[in-house]
Amino acid sequence: MSALTEYTITALLLIGGAFTLVGAIGLARLPDFYTRLHGPTKATTLGVGAIILASVVYFSFQGEGIGITEILITAFLFLTAPISANIMAKAAMHLGVDVMDGTRGSPWEQ
Amino acid sequence: MFDRLNFPQPWLSVTLFVVWQFLSNDISGASVVMGLILAWLIPQLTQGFWPERPTLSRPWRMPGYLLRVLVDIVVASITVARLILSGRTPKPVFVSYPLELEQPMAITILASTISLTPGTVSADVSDDQRILLIHTLDASNEQDVIDAIKQRYEKPLLEMFQ
Repeated sequence: MSALTEYTITALLLIGGAFTLVGAIGLARLPDFYTRLHGPTKATTLGVGAIILASVVYFSFQGEGIGITEILITAFLFLTAPISANIMAKAAMHLGVDVMDGTRGSPWEQ
Repeated sequence: MFDRLNFPQPWLSVTLFVVWQFLSNDISGASVVMGLILAWLIPQLTQGFWPERPTLSRPWRMPGYLLRVLVDIVVASITVARLILSGRTPKPVFVSYPLELEQPMAITILASTISLTPGTVSADVSDDQRILLIHTLDASNEQDVIDAIKQRYEKPLLEMFQ
C-alpha cells in the first residue's frame, strides 16, 4: 500500500469519526426531541459513509477486489435511516412530546 | 399449483437476485438457488404493499439525482455540524410542504431524500397525500425551505415519474 492510499484512508476515517462525534454531541446538546432527531440520523449518513468509503479503499488495495459488500451496507443504511427517523417523529407527535420555545409551526394531531 | 410460480415485479426480483449474489461471498450453486427462491418469495409476500406499480418514465435521470443528493448531504452535514459546535440556539420550524408528486413511490423517495439531507426530517404525510410535514432544524424563513426542496428535489422527481 502506498503512502497516498494510507493518507486517504486515515483522512476518511478521521472525517467519519468527526461527524459521528458531532452527531453524538448534537444528541446531547440540542434542546428538544425533534431537534435531537437530526443529530444521530444524520451522523449515519456522512459519518458512516466516510468510514465505509475508507473500508472500500483499504480492501481494494489489499487486492481482494472492490468491496461491493460495503456499498450494499451504505445502500441499506440510506434506505433505512429515513424510515426510522420518520417513525420516531410520528411516535413523538402521537405522544404529544413538547417542542422547544421558539419553534414555529406545530406538529399535527395524530 | 404452478400458477403461483410467477414474478409480479420482474425488476424487484432481478435486484433481489443480484444483491443476494453480492452478499454471498462467492457465486456458487447454493447462492444461485437461494437467490432464485428469495427473488420469487419476497415479491409474493410484499405484493399487498404495492397497490399500484410505480412507473418510471425517465429512469436514466436517477444517477444524476443521486449524485446531487450525495453532494447536498456533504454540504448540509457541514452546515449542521457548525450549528451544533457553535452552541447557538437553533430556530426550528415545522413546515407544511405542498406536494405536487402523486405516486406513493415518488413521495416516499422525496420524503427519504428530505430525511437524509441534514437539517430536515420528514415527519408525516397527510392522509390525502397532498401535504408533507417537515421538521427543519434551523431556518429563518419557511418559504425558503419549500422553494429549495421544490427546486432541487421535487422537480427532478416529477420529470422522472410523470
